[in-house]
Amino acid sequence: MSGPRTIFDKPNSYIGKPVDRPDAKRLLQGRGKFVDDIQLPRMVHAAFVRSPVAHGKVLSIDLDEAREMPGVIALYTGADLAEHVEPYVGVLSHLAGLRSAPQMPLAVDAVRWTGEPVVMVVATSRALAEDAAAMIYVDIEELPAATDMERALEPDAPVIHADLGNNLAWDRTVEAGDPDAAFARDDVTVVERTFRFGRHTGVTLETRASVVEYDPSEDLLTCHYSGQAPHMMQFIFAKHLGLPEENVRVISNDVGGSFGIKIHTYGDEIATAAAAKLLGRPVKFVADRLESFLTDIHARDHVVHGRIAVTGEGRIAALAFDDVTGIGPYSMYPRTSAIEANQILNLTGAPYDFDNYRANAKVVFQNKNLMCQYRAVGHPIAMAVADGLLEEAAHQIGMDVVEIRRRNLIRDDAYPCTSATGMKLDDLSHHKTLDTLIETMGYDARRAEQAELRAQGVHRGIGLVSMIEVTNPSPMFYGIGGAPIASQDGSTIRLDAGGALHVSSSVTEQGQGTNTILAQIAAGVFGVDMARVKVTTGDTKTTPYGGGTWASRGAGIGGEATLQAAHALKEQVLAVAGVILQAKPEDLDIQDGHVTDTDGTQRITLSDLARTVYYRGNELPSDLTPELVATRHYRVTDFPFVFTNAAMAAEVELDIDTGFVKVLNFWAVEDCGRVINPKLVDGQIRGGVVQGIGGAFYEECIYSEDGQFENATMADYLVPMAFEMPDITIAHVETPTKTSVLGAKGAGEAGTGGAPAALMNAVNDALRPLGAQIHQMPMTPERILKALGTV
Amino acid sequence: MSDTANISVTVNGETTAAAVPVRQNLVDFLRNTLGLTGSHVGCEHGVCGACTLEVDGAMVRGCLMLAVQADGAQITTVEGYGDRAEALRAAFVEHNALQCGYCTPGMMASALEYVEAGGQADRAAIREHLSGNYCRCTGYQSIVDAVCDVIEGESA
Ligand code: FES
Ligand code: FES
Repeated sequence: MSGPRTIFDKPNSYIGKPVDRPDAKRLLQGRGKFVDDIQLPRMVHAAFVRSPVAHGKVLSIDLDEAREMPGVIALYTGADLAEHVEPYVGVLSHLAGLRSAPQMPLAVDAVRWTGEPVVMVVATSRALAEDAAAMIYVDIEELPAATDMERALEPDAPVIHADLGNNLAWDRTVEAGDPDAAFARDDVTVVERTFRFGRHTGVTLETRASVVEYDPSEDLLTCHYSGQAPHMMQFIFAKHLGLPEENVRVISNDVGGSFGIKIHTYGDEIATAAAAKLLGRPVKFVADRLESFLTDIHARDHVVHGRIAVTGEGRIAALAFDDVTGIGPYSMYPRTSAIEANQILNLTGAPYDFDNYRANAKVVFQNKNLMCQYRAVGHPIAMAVADGLLEEAAHQIGMDVVEIRRRNLIRDDAYPCTSATGMKLDDLSHHKTLDTLIETMGYDARRAEQAELRAQGVHRGIGLVSMIEVTNPSPMFYGIGGAPIASQDGSTIRLDAGGALHVSSSVTEQGQGTNTILAQIAAGVFGVDMARVKVTTGDTKTTPYGGGTWASRGAGIGGEATLQAAHALKEQVLAVAGVILQAKPEDLDIQDGHVTDTDGTQRITLSDLARTVYYRGNELPSDLTPELVATRHYRVTDFPFVFTNAAMAAEVELDIDTGFVKVLNFWAVEDCGRVINPKLVDGQIRGGVVQGIGGAFYEECIYSEDGQFENATMADYLVPMAFEMPDITIAHVETPTKTSVLGAKGAGEAGTGGAPAALMNAVNDALRPLGAQIHQMPMTPERILKALGTV
Repeated sequence: MSDTANISVTVNGETTAAAVPVRQNLVDFLRNTLGLTGSHVGCEHGVCGACTLEVDGAMVRGCLMLAVQADGAQITTVEGYGDRAEALRAAFVEHNALQCGYCTPGMMASALEYVEAGGQADRAAIREHLSGNYCRCTGYQSIVDAVCDVIEGESA
């Protein structure tokens, strides 16, 4: 580890301060730049004809009437685009045995989910494109659909891809110790439960959107893209449209919510790019809300049969489960749809110290929309299963749920260590976060109040979760499997002639505040006022190469690259200043926009220094060749991930007549390492918790037996709104990661990953005295009444 | 019946005449024809509130009103709130009451409606008032904080 030791307590350090986001002002004035705001000369609009059935053979497509419709510029079928687009297959080499079939932007001979794009219409307005789409007749011979993931593996189930022989995409088992022997011991209590996790989706408020321009004179493709991984998309457009990579530019300005939904490859976007290339003019595609529901990736959709064995002292003797997950008809490209199941194998029970573990996951094809990575990939399932079984076991042996955690959580002084699930862990603080949680929520008083109210017929429940969160992934995550997804990120910082800094970074901004924290880091490490830092992200033409934002890596990886670049630039500036001022660089510092002596005495302004270098080089010795720009890249090397940990608790009140649950309180204590901006971190945690509340109580993509998505509107698919949400109390524990100087881990997934488990535990805590239990999410009023046996 | 109609509207103080397709909704007209892209579209079926804007003094869903229905109306969008929303904007920044900012124009409209109607700094009442506006990022709490702050600042 290298770098300065004092950067966090310098006079002009912004690290750790709740500074405002400079870009918020722009968004509040209606001056955001979202993709749909872009209007280009000669721009045309795309709409898609989508499969109305879940599985079928395309017999014929009649385009004649549509071709004559006003405003129609072009019509493309799957066969048309197949001549111009290289198919893609969503597998990774390190997920041994994972299978999928080649995918095309538009269905060619068969349709495999309701909503799959079949024909693309390009017209002078979206409305006219939709008019023409309505006149296209696709003759489909309907085939039996495999929609139920548990039945999709049965020998008589319809096979979705004949070449693959059956619907099993992937099967993996993780085993440690001797779980069979542990479960068979006569001194343990065994709890066995079946958990069901519904499908839900991201519902980004801005739908997927792209405007693609193509300039045939230079063979240049430019995509304005609402997404979070521009360099990945640059590679994908280049590879699958047959363009040199350097001729593809991807620009992501303001992105109206992403949450993992917008890091995947959708046929709609590839088709839009292909059309732009074929037509030589800009093509816009903005998904409408129905298209979003039908085709934005879905997440979760798991059935887990789990077992835990605990001793009379409350020690976990063994944990085992079988997970089945349905991923739709293809494994999503390029991240694959097996990652969620893999995370569940890696994370379930990982906060706890025990030896015997067996977990199996089966990833299954089905005729529903594709399932893939959404915020907190796999976490809600892993946490709900482990902590759901643990809390139930505590009740069965008559132990408090806090006490059973204290007896099992990995000790705060035990790191580095490896979990039973095989994860390398370091710098975690489960006990400290749990203690902080207990104190913050006033656990004992709440329990006393709960008992008192119960005597009066008020049914309250309190539930907890202790979790780990995957953040700051290393190249062991995707790079190793052959995906064009960078785990390193870069930052370039330039000293401008006016004395300001320009930071250009490969991590991206979707509202979480990336640009702000990069400015905080650069300003503090280098030594200028934050107002003098401008940040550019989201443009493959002007930023260093990197992965963008996924898996909570912006601060930990992009931030560290920025720290290193700011430090390198400072060394350059001090070397020049040393010559100009006839001083030793080590006797100089930079503070408040000036080169100073180490005691803070101002010697020369940065703008004077920069102007001398840029405009009056004649004043410098000939052997001095200053650059005043520095680039550094950073990746995590010794660990596959930098895990964070959190402890959370929910308090709910149950109405046993209606089955409605009100979330009264939620507390979250997270250790995300060094907190760069508490205001932004708290925003991430609260937003995440609310998405977790959505998964726990409201959100579900409901499909009929034959694969129709039955609630694909915002009126029917419920998400949390302001009224139902509680205030969320947050506290922090800070254990900086030793993998970087900055010490920041991620904070984006924890709330979404942990909240559902705490909420399910709280509901079960309220239900238990009534002799009822629920292990299905979302926990709808109807399901709760069913659990109570009243309907 | 003709596919287009001539309308005249005053938007943020500026009067414009235009021929609009009769099926075009107001928010598409403002965004695509007038280039006022501050108002956003999240659902086009009246549920998300991203398109909320002011027509003749009332906050309406820009996706549920046709442009032809706005003929002769006074319209104010997020670009035109000016000093009226100064305190709200400052409070939104202070509390980080926006992340991606996509819901923000609609949220501001609903918040402004609440504040200008003399709403109290009552968290439950504010939450209820904002319940027609989706926000997928913030978890709402910071927005409630911001609205409370503005009301308390005004009464102080
Ligand atoms: S776009 Fe109008 S309410 Fe959603
Ligand atoms: S800030 Fe993103 S939807 Fe509200």
